[in-house]
Amino acid sequence: MSIALPAGPQPAPTRRVTVGTAIFGAAIASLIGSMLAVWLKFRADAPTRDSSDGLKVIKDWLPANVSIPEVAANVMIITLIVACVMAQWASYASRRHDRGHAAIALGVTAFMGLAALNAQFYIFREIGIGVGDSAYGALFFALNGVVTLLITIGVLYSAAVWFRVIGGRVNDRDVVAAHSLYWYILTAAYVAVWFVVYVQK
Amino acid sequence: MTTIDTHAGAAPAGSVAGSGGAAASLIAVADWLTTTDHKKIGRLFIALAAVSSLIAIALAALLGFERINADSFQIFANDNIGQFFSFFRVELVFGAVVPMLVGVAIAVVPLQVGARSIAFARGASFGLWTWLAGIVMTEISYLGNGGPGGGNQTMVDLFLLGMLLMIIGLVFASASIAVTVLNSRAPGMSMERAPVFAWGALVGTSALVFTLPALAGNLIYAFVDHRHGRVAFGGNAGIMDWIGWAFGQPQTYVFVLLAFAVLAEIMAVVAGARHMLRGVVLAGVGIAATAVLGGVIQQQQTMMWTGSTGDKFRDLAPWFIFNVLPIIGALAVLGASMFLLISRSPRMIPPFAPAMLGVGSVLVGMIGHALSTISRTNLAPTVFEEAEFVFVMYGGILAVMAAVAFWGPKLWGRSLPGNAVMGTSVVAFLGTFLAGLPYFVAGFADQPGVTANGFAYEGPQDLWNIISTAGHALVLLAVLAFVATAVTGFRQGERPGDDPWNGVTLEWATSSPPPADNFADVPVVKSAEPLLDLKSGGAA
Repeated sequence: MSIALPAGPQPAPTRRVTVGTAIFGAAIASLIGSMLAVWLKFRADAPTRDSSDGLKVIKDWLPANVSIPEVAANVMIITLIVACVMAQWASYASRRHDRGHAAIALGVTAFMGLAALNAQFYIFREIGIGVGDSAYGALFFALNGVVTLLITIGVLYSAAVWFRVIGGRVNDRDVVAAHSLYWYILTAAYVAVWFVVYVQK
Repeated sequence: MTTIDTHAGAAPAGSVAGSGGAAASLIAVADWLTTTDHKKIGRLFIALAAVSSLIAIALAALLGFERINADSFQIFANDNIGQFFSFFRVELVFGAVVPMLVGVAIAVVPLQVGARSIAFARGASFGLWTWLAGIVMTEISYLGNGGPGGGNQTMVDLFLLGMLLMIIGLVFASASIAVTVLNSRAPGMSMERAPVFAWGALVGTSALVFTLPALAGNLIYAFVDHRHGRVAFGGNAGIMDWIGWAFGQPQTYVFVLLAFAVLAEIMAVVAGARHMLRGVVLAGVGIAATAVLGGVIQQQQTMMWTGSTGDKFRDLAPWFIFNVLPIIGALAVLGASMFLLISRSPRMIPPFAPAMLGVGSVLVGMIGHALSTISRTNLAPTVFEEAEFVFVMYGGILAVMAAVAFWGPKLWGRSLPGNAVMGTSVVAFLGTFLAGLPYFVAGFADQPGVTANGFAYEGPQDLWNIISTAGHALVLLAVLAFVATAVTGFRQGERPGDDPWNGVTLEWATSSPPPADNFADVPVVKSAEPLLDLKSGGAA
């Protein structure tokens, strides 16, 4: 026979998806952080040589034939920031029970994600090196491959929330807020990648 | 006022199979394969990982046997010996101890916090099957000459993918547990009132969520590099240099954090009282979790103790933080639990033995590691490190035995024979000491680690390796006996009722086994030990 316990009130709606997304975000931060740490270690350990005029010491880190498309990387970061703004707009519209604006904002967020993916694939095509050509190539494609996967997850997340909203679940604020949190985390992670890979190189 | 004495919702596990016929069996199998019931997911994790633990311990015994008379016995080819040592570690850590402890948490934590289900139940289920796919792929890769240093390149790739899948699975399962503790607690259950095990589960799974993705990052790099050119990470031979930190101390402390929480939870029942130093226990688990720092920096913090006084203290600080702080946390949990025990008239219950012995083993491993990171001891490249690993991980297995014996009556509705639990745990503890202690001694005699042949040193080297092999064999025997006891006990054992241990937390307030939704009504909580309040006549 079980022990009698007083029944509690129905639990208040929780922010379960938001908390889950935050924990997933911690995992993303750990993943990207560790990959950037390995990147920095390889760059720090790269062999050095004197320049032809003998005045400078050059680190042999970047392959000779690499051509980093910085403009595309900058476009990517701007696109991701716009995606954050749109995701926040969706969250704001959801709070105001405004299905139309929420749907538009979510659609634009997904579109911005696709634009970022387009820029990423452009970078892959234009970088001018292969995966197995050098340590730089292996690290570059692995790190940016993970970023591509995370953006793809973001686009799918936006699409799923968009379907929920146009299906009438516009008041599902937890899911819409969690969706915007994901884009914030993703953008923060990409800013770190952008700074290390495209600014510091 | 509500009495929870009915099995609401869907029928408990096993009832489908009772309807007879092959079709019913198929339905039962499909039910288990597609389940989102946290109790089934948790039990599947425990059962499947138990198989891995047997494989790992058997492998350890064979490797120990190979070390006896280092120049004549040959079970494994010299070229492959490194692969088998890594197989032992991978199988024991990611195939056995971590998934078993995660499985216990998945099964128990929602019941403890008064939740009707685990948060993201499909995520937990996805975690289970992804982990299973990963461990099977890893085992296949080792059998096909893969793994770190393997000769078959495709199988090495398979190993890296398998490891990645295991990590993804364990992260999903861990995240489900953490969100359950953070978000699904019963009304009135603040974090201060959360059960000790639930708190430990939050800390332990959060630590996994932080550290395992760091390992995943290294695996992704290693996989991409290994498939294309092998120019950066040293090819197959270099893989362990990049992922080895995950199989050594202090990262292994992160994997067995839940062992401390299991002990603290059982202690409260043994003492039949409130944890007077509850805050110390919670803080102790948190302090032990500082091992996360040691894990994510991915390198050992050695104390050189050379140079000026300033240099010495600059060395001492990181050594203390990375190697000693987790010991202080473990001692705090142990001390507070012992204080509870001596201040009351304890009522010994069988799961107390494996819990206590498990934490004791982990503590021995921790102290051993702190010693070996003092550079003057010169123990780093020896079997001393293997002894630390054995103590920590076998301690984790003892904690799992304790958890299964303690919560088994709740999850399966039947209890295990107390004498069998005590007997197997004492044998397992004895085996752990026999397996580890000789390597502590042999480490001082410079027996090299991760090799089984071609070494010689002064002293009775064969004796140490014989004793260690016997120890592994004893642990294997004990775990086998425990698994057999569990299989028969949970099918035919006595039905001890809903609250066999006179428990203090919510899981003992529902029926055994619990209904699909755990509680007929969501209970309200007014202290950290709601059942104790009720039993002592106070307000719940």
